[in-house]
Amino acid sequence: MDLVIARPEGLYCPAGDFYIDPWRPVERSVITHAHGDHARTGNQHYLAAAPGEGILRSRLGQDINLQTLAYGEQVVHHGVKLSFHPAGHVLGSAQVRLEYQGEVWVASGDYKVEPDGTCAPFEPVRCHTFITESTFGLPIYRWQPQAQIFAGINDWWQGNIAAGKASVLFCYSFGKAQRILHGIDASIGPILSHGAVEPLNRVYREAGIYIPETLYAGDVQKNDPLLRQALIIAPPSAGGSTWMRRFGDYSDAFASGWMRLRGTRRRRGVDRGFVLSDHADWPGLLWAIEQTGAERVMVTHGSVGVLVRHLREKGLDAQGFTTEYGDDEEEATA
Amino acid sequence: MKAFAELYANLDATTSSNAKLAALQAYFLQAPPEDAAWAVYFLSGGRPRQLVPTRLLRDMATEACGIEPWLFEESYQSVGDLAETISLLLPESTYTSEDGLAVWLEEKLLPLRGLSPQDLAERLPALWAQLDQPSLMVCIKLITGSFRVGVSKLLVTRALAAMAGLDSKRVAQRLVGYTDLSNRPTAEGYLKLIAAESCDEHAQRGGQPYPFFLAHGLSQPAEQFNALLGAPADWQVEWKWDGIRAQLVKREGRLWIWSRGEELVTDRFPELHSLLHGLPDGTVIDGEIVVWKESVQPFALLQQRIGRKTLSKKILDDAPVAVLAYDLLEHQGEDWRNHIQAERRAQLERIIAQCNQPVLRPSPVLTGATWADLAEQREASRELGVEGMMLKDRKGLYGVGRTKDMGLWWKWKVDPFSVDAVLIYAQRGHGRRASLYSDYTFAVWDGPPGSERTLVPFAKAYSGLTDEEMRKVDAIVRKTTVEKFGPVSSVTPSMVFELGFEGIALSKRHKSGIAVRFPRMLRWRQDKSVDDADNLATLQDLLT
Repeated sequence: MDLVIARPEGLYCPAGDFYIDPWRPVERSVITHAHGDHARTGNQHYLAAAPGEGILRSRLGQDINLQTLAYGEQVVHHGVKLSFHPAGHVLGSAQVRLEYQGEVWVASGDYKVEPDGTCAPFEPVRCHTFITESTFGLPIYRWQPQAQIFAGINDWWQGNIAAGKASVLFCYSFGKAQRILHGIDASIGPILSHGAVEPLNRVYREAGIYIPETLYAGDVQKNDPLLRQALIIAPPSAGGSTWMRRFGDYSDAFASGWMRLRGTRRRRGVDRGFVLSDHADWPGLLWAIEQTGAERVMVTHGSVGVLVRHLREKGLDAQGFTTEYGDDEEEATA
Repeated sequence: MKAFAELYANLDATTSSNAKLAALQAYFLQAPPEDAAWAVYFLSGGRPRQLVPTRLLRDMATEACGIEPWLFEESYQSVGDLAETISLLLPESTYTSEDGLAVWLEEKLLPLRGLSPQDLAERLPALWAQLDQPSLMVCIKLITGSFRVGVSKLLVTRALAAMAGLDSKRVAQRLVGYTDLSNRPTAEGYLKLIAAESCDEHAQRGGQPYPFFLAHGLSQPAEQFNALLGAPADWQVEWKWDGIRAQLVKREGRLWIWSRGEELVTDRFPELHSLLHGLPDGTVIDGEIVVWKESVQPFALLQQRIGRKTLSKKILDDAPVAVLAYDLLEHQGEDWRNHIQAERRAQLERIIAQCNQPVLRPSPVLTGATWADLAEQREASRELGVEGMMLKDRKGLYGVGRTKDMGLWWKWKVDPFSVDAVLIYAQRGHGRRASLYSDYTFAVWDGPPGSERTLVPFAKAYSGLTDEEMRKVDAIVRKTTVEKFGPVSSVTPSMVFELGFEGIALSKRHKSGIAVRFPRMLRWRQDKSVDDADNLATLQDLLT
């Protein structure tokens, strides 16, 4: 019997009568992480990993009916044992482990396998069936170690300071922004955050994650000479808006896994593309799947067809799950 | 090689012409002349003959990447560029080569041509292993010859001119023919491009043509022409011919024919060789090669013979060409581009009269008292098989490329044909449209509304939409895909577009029986349903 099936409302556990990351309002929801396409408003009950509480509440409302568990802590619901395990994607992100009558399934939500210091690193969990994302499910996606990417960002920033230009770095405001702030060399110059980024910085700091001092960009006057030294962290939606005018002469860059391809880089029309993703690359996906020891793999959002076929050729029982994940700006093709 | 790959990355990373110019100058300043020679060649559009058949290149790359062919294909479809795909899939290497661009080309890449698959399988991976990802991509682009990086020849010209302290017109002149297959880039050739001007330069020009002067589009209504252009009498008006723009160069007892792409095409038009005896030495004529049988014939006929390697007697009989001459660039060995249009035209007519050969005809000058009068004459364009009219400033000089500072040419084209067609297939694009569904196949109905009818494909188009519209179409394609045939997705018909095209002809090769020229999307008709799209009868009416 399948522990998880795809229903119009979301991924459903029939034995436990709850949904994982439902995209339509339901009675009981288990949330892997707080990105908009996985955590939606309108559910009666929410269950999530404890480190994600602050962000979930700040995004879905302080008064949601939310119960949390520490990583590894177990609850039993209708006979289904449920626990959360780190997914390494963003702060509070978790894989959901379900055990029922000796059968173990793991729904991983979104994950990346390289530890980044802003959230608990991905932890492989042995299971019979593994539900995996496939956002970057093609062998063309291979990430460089993040230290190299951060060094590239530092160099670009310093180069801009030398040229008297502001450095505007576009990235997703939850997760990527904080990972960058955590990883770059903050001694280079002042750092400004867009209004969409600044509140999340606060949540990360409250969770004890090192985020260097940031100024709210709205507090800095247009033409302030400080801007020509500054790194400005902003969501992609700020690009091309009137908000950008205050920075005068600037160089812009975009940090995303999609920047691996020239086509997407050029479509973005920014000066630089930094290949930095909070999702697993192709080798990462294959490594994670292998680590679980699962013989059955359900593939969700991304390159479903490709990953399914590849896994089948490797002798695994793989199939696709139709979901509505990946519509968030985090995962949509840049 | 690394310096050139860095230049490529810098050019690729920006859309600003000034930034590109700066990157080019920085490269040329430090590059050894033998490397710079090849850089100029590729950046201004040169393509050596295919070094490795694409099929073999793919197979070898797939093998070297250690993945299944289908996975390679999926990756390619997503990236939209073969060289980039291969460079992203091969195992990461560090850059270890010590050779420059010229050594890479002359000693490593050019010798690959004609090698057996076994030899290639031995050599290619060893070459690849010396390069990092950006250099590898550029290396494979050199092999495949598809080297587009958003740099125009004009920009290369400006960069060289600025670096060498020369007038860019002088550099443009020297660059003509540089990318022709017969020219192999050398350090010596490059140094000549940037050498200080010498007084005997003009005398040593051989068969060199002049850079073509290009026209600007004119799309305003004729009512505004008086305000915009002044009186018609100030303009030399001609038909805009639908043929091959060419320069005839007669010097030192020899004749050269150059196409607009600066390709030497003398051999392709044997019926023009008689002009060798009709034109005096030191004559350069600009005009249009067309198929001529008492009147100009459709471009389709000319197209049939362009691609042929050997020209049979039948082809020469079926599609004989003539030159419709419209400008004189050199007379008695003197550069005449600084004479005004009216003077050049008058002298051109004298030369044509003296030559007195039916293969060289003046492109007739049209007259009209008012713009309205000319607009009325222009209505006959389609019947005459021309694209509209050319308006040339009678006091203007002959400029270089698409410039406006020396003289001014306008092309006043007739509106394209248009029909409302339905998008039925979509394919992902290349370059900056990689992984976006941007190339579409369009269909019309094979019967009138109300009848039992199906959609028949008749044209492919990929231009005319804004980025924003394309993203929307892409999203709809993804949601409404019915079936995939390799890279092509068939979709549930739902989107109607106004499709424009320049010409239409019967065709046995197309299911619809019709072939159209230069199809492109004029508008997305979101106000129309699929049932409102045109049918084949509409297209057939346009044939007459």
